Amino acid sequence: MARDKAGLTEALKRIPELREEFWSNVKVPGSGAAANPELEKAGRVADFMEFAELLCHDALDREESCGGHFRTEHQYDDGEAKRDDENYCYAAAWEHTGDLSKPKLNKEQLTFEEVHLSVRSYK
Amino acid sequence: MSLLNLQLKVWRQNQGQPGHFQDIQAREIPDHASFLEMMDIVNERLIQDGGDPVAFDHDCREGICGMCSMTINGIAHGPEKATTTCQLHMRKFRDGDTIWVEPFRAKAFPVVKDLMVNRSAFDRIQQAGGFVTVRTGAAPDANSILVGKEVADAAMDAAACIGCGACVASCKNASAMLFVSAKAGQLNSLPQGQPEKDRRTLGMVRQMDKEGFGNCTNQYECEAACPKEISVRWITKLNRDYALAAAKEAFVGVQEHAEGGD
Repeated sequence: MARDKAGLTEALKRIPELREEFWSNVKVPGSGAAANPELEKAGRVADFMEFAELLCHDALDREESCGGHFRTEHQYDDGEAKRDDENYCYAAAWEHTGDLSKPKLNKEQLTFEEVHLSVRSYK
Repeated sequence: MSLLNLQLKVWRQNQGQPGHFQDIQAREIPDHASFLEMMDIVNERLIQDGGDPVAFDHDCREGICGMCSMTINGIAHGPEKATTTCQLHMRKFRDGDTIWVEPFRAKAFPVVKDLMVNRSAFDRIQQAGGFVTVRTGAAPDANSILVGKEVADAAMDAAACIGCGACVASCKNASAMLFVSAKAGQLNSLPQGQPEKDRRTLGMVRQMDKEGFGNCTNQYECEAACPKEISVRWITKLNRDYALAAAKEAFVGVQEHAEGGD
């Protein structure tokens, strides 16, 4: 799986549109008077869209390739992931601000005392 | 692949209210579909037509999670032997068949909706003793506790129980003895389970009684319906372990701490 700026920007445009359509057009059979598995499914879909949007924000913000996050802009000539420990050696803890399109980034720095960061190579 | 036209009689019920059978036509069902996939198709059509889809439990759909239930034509998990409902295929039925679909019926399994029942009673029985207490931290060395091959095999057989509740649904007394005996027996067989054996046995059996499950009268319907083919011999072992634990309790009491030294 690979990500790039164009694709993520497009996704960030489309997800709110999809969400808008979901909330204005969703049909949940059954009622709230009894256990309703269909309502549970609808709730999950709503969660997935919120989570997907946040994931895109995070992936767009992280201008490096690291682990499962591969940005096509950031790779070596042989296609290996190009990490940027100088600027992105942190865990991103996104904070909900009330506006789904504007989450707030909190950086939790990763500090290594005994081990020195280096390029991972399986070659 | 051929298509089946079936006449379903499905149990519909909301929690705490009386239930009834609803006639549902299941047309053009692929014989490759599993029983749950057939229900999915039926539900999609019900939703399209503005109806209320049938609620049923499911999760892994590969016969290991124990979530799917359903009593099909009077048999828990349907007519196929050693099979959960999710692994029952529609090719086992014939075109034109009438199929009765009911929840797992038992006093201790109250209906939540339609074919979904609340099986939390099983969780509470497990919490009453279905565990071994171990120290956390580093994993112990392999083979530091020796387990005989026969014992390991037997414990593995008991551990195959997925806790679905078919034993309860198939028993005329709604007894949970096959489930409880498999769960207790697995641990009571192993050396790791010995320190808490008596407390486990007494705790689980008493919780089982408290939950409102019936008594075992040795009909063995449970073994016949069990998708994991748990043997009723585990019930024999549970009765033996219980008699011993109860006798010890009556004469010397049950030790609170197996290891002492506190």
